[in-house]
Amino acid sequence: MLARRIIPCLDVSHGRIVKGVRFQGLRDAGDPAARAKLYEDQGADEIVILDVSATPEGRGHQLATVERVRAVLSIPLTIGGGIRCVDDALRLLEAGADKVSVNTAAVARPELLGEIAERFGRQCCVLAIDARRTASGFEVLVKGGREGTGIDAIAWAREGARRGAGEILLTSWDRDGTRSGYDLELTGAVAAAVDVPVIASGGADRPEHLLEALRAGADAVLAASIFHDGDYAVATVKRYLMARGIPIRP
Amino acid sequence: MSRAVVIVPTGTANLASVRAALRRLGVEPEIGGEPARIRDAGHVVLPGVGTFAAAMARLRASGADRALRERIARDRPTLCVCVGHQLLFRESEESPGIPGLGIVDAAVRRFPAAVRTPQFGWNEVEAGEDGGLLASGWAYFANSYRAVEAPGFRTALADHGGPFIAAIERGGLIGCQFHPELSGTYGAALLARFLELR
Repeated sequence: MLARRIIPCLDVSHGRIVKGVRFQGLRDAGDPAARAKLYEDQGADEIVILDVSATPEGRGHQLATVERVRAVLSIPLTIGGGIRCVDDALRLLEAGADKVSVNTAAVARPELLGEIAERFGRQCCVLAIDARRTASGFEVLVKGGREGTGIDAIAWAREGARRGAGEILLTSWDRDGTRSGYDLELTGAVAAAVDVPVIASGGADRPEHLLEALRAGADAVLAASIFHDGDYAVATVKRYLMARGIPIRP
Repeated sequence: MSRAVVIVPTGTANLASVRAALRRLGVEPEIGGEPARIRDAGHVVLPGVGTFAAAMARLRASGADRALRERIARDRPTLCVCVGHQLLFRESEESPGIPGLGIVDAAVRRFPAAVRTPQFGWNEVEAGEDGGLLASGWAYFANSYRAVEAPGFRTALADHGGPFIAAIERGGLIGCQFHPELSGTYGAALLARFLELR
């Protein structure tokens, strides 16, 4: 049966990892290729790399980074950050990405999801949603969480899947960076609203948090600092989840 | 006859992962869809993402479909991945009315509505006792459609809303619904066995 996935995420800027200062076990902890390969060896099911460069010059490193990671990585690779059109997606896929993740550009022009799905297949098309709690529900944020949209996150997830997204990467902006656990209500609501897989993101600090999110309905869990800081190896987290009955690739 | 390992483009860009996986095994693949090259290559890999109809149209436009049938008839080593694997079948529910290569006399259909579709992720493959080149292990899938039978072929199965065909094998022909190039050491081992075929 299909296993739930554990997905380490690397935040990269100018071709270097920008988080995880305490990371152990690598000579060059800032090199995305070395880190991605180490996670694969630890049992990671996929790798997500988000380019958080604020400038086009920073993003200029993106293709070279993807090529270097692809050369050593034999598990799926998703790239997000700054993808505005089909040609941006094409360049990343040609460089070695297996999927591209779109966020702000899809909110601005939802047709982009259908264009990517039609050209490359929906298995290439990931819709990233940054969501924040409001008095009445969850609101979609764009531009790296800096800007509210007034759009309902659950409805947007449903529309995104209908338009061609093969997967939803769902980040709780309230929890991201807090290490207080995933937003389980948000995760459960989106997982129930769409047929496509949902990746929970934002707030993981301990293996229990990943377990909660998977039990809340997530098909996969994404985490950054818990792995980068060397607190837990991927294999340790997988053993914990397997012992609690979650289907996991050993 | 050449020693070349040729990747057949099917119109979508996503060949980089297959190329990188072969390079890690010490092989520098060529990319080319010309019929003569496909007929004469030592090994051919037919990847394929996107739709059944688009991939099939691309093969027909270049004559690659006939070249593939010829080399398969001569039992030359040929590996078909994901949509490439589905093209081996008679037809697919994804693109009604479009004939596939018809090497396997069975149809490809959508997963049942009860399970998440696309199937995205790692699933356990069971190859049985006499799996030939196919082995049991965990493989990475990204598909909405699959076959449930392949008469006359050795098969490996996985389960997503019921058993489905994870891979097929007959002589030098291998079809994988999963992505060996993205399936870690399990996939690399299958690619290595494929490259040893003569």
